[in-house]
Amino acid sequence: MKERKQSGMTFIVKTITNLIIGFMLVFGAYVVLYGHITPGGGFPGGVMIALTYILITLAYGRKVVESMISGVAGSIGDDFGALAIIILGFIGLWIGGTFLFNFLPKGTPFELFSAGHIMIYNLAIMLKVGMSLYIVFLALAILQRVVSAKDENQEVRK
Amino acid sequence: MNEIILLHLLLIFMIIGAFVTVEIKNMLSAVISIGAVGFALSMMFLFLGAPDIAITQVIVEILSLILLIRATVNVDNVAIEEKGESVFSNRTALIFVGIILVFAWIAFHSLPSFGEPLMRVSNFYLKHGLTEVGATNFVTSVILDFRAYDTFGEAMVLFVSISGAFAILRRWKREQHKDFLRIDREH
Repeated sequence: MKERKQSGMTFIVKTITNLIIGFMLVFGAYVVLYGHITPGGGFPGGVMIALTYILITLAYGRKVVESMISGVAGSIGDDFGALAIIILGFIGLWIGGTFLFNFLPKGTPFELFSAGHIMIYNLAIMLKVGMSLYIVFLALAILQRVVSAKDENQEVRK
Repeated sequence: MNEIILLHLLLIFMIIGAFVTVEIKNMLSAVISIGAVGFALSMMFLFLGAPDIAITQVIVEILSLILLIRATVNVDNVAIEEKGESVFSNRTALIFVGIILVFAWIAFHSLPSFGEPLMRVSNFYLKHGLTEVGATNFVTSVILDFRAYDTFGEAMVLFVSISGAFAILRRWKREQHKDFLRIDREH
């Protein structure tokens, strides 16, 4: 792409980023989905996925990453994750009588679909944490761009 | 015994890193040395047998390091300079450190010694975790089932703080854009 070649860091950084982001996303998804079997969970997995997009931002610049997930979409994902946790809690309240009751069947241990609602909870936390940290980084990137552009403008005026 | 020596070495390293962070003049070096403190903390969690927290600590440390470097790299790279006499602030700090040490001395006597955890609640989780939750990772079964309400509050704290920070940054951005438009018109 034309845009990819113009902005961002050098060719070396972009090549390494291309090689690495797939593994990062897959490992983040693994940490989230197997959070109830192996060490991990929604929080570290979500931060890993946010870090993937932050790496793309650092390597390719802000416009490329905003064409993947815009700031508004990230904000909506953040809100949706928080809403999903609350809805999960109220479903538990409705079925089991207590807030965040584990209402799904437990299954056999060491299988992917076991431990009730923990996987859905992990996915909701992943969405919340990943998207919120991503939009904070995006906001900081926009802020920095505005500050540097303002400095240039002042230099031009002087 | 070997692990205890290793833990003490890591602790000394962390204390040195914290002192460097406070005392160094260059902003970027301060950020990097606080990152070193965080990585030493994650290694400590790993040696203490808590891989969940070690993973989280490493990942969050990387993220916060990137954010801090991003936030401080364009700022003036010099920390706050010392101004005038600091005898009063030094005395106050010493008095408060002394008070904290006295209370810590009292408080740490009531804690169990290192390596002997209180097993009243943990025993319940270990016995009933697999049958009642079905998760083989007991940390997850504690934080997302037995103590799910705590995790819910934690997630909401993150949500509120992030949306607050985002709102402040966005407003600032909008005002800057207005400023831009005015400058463009003047040209």
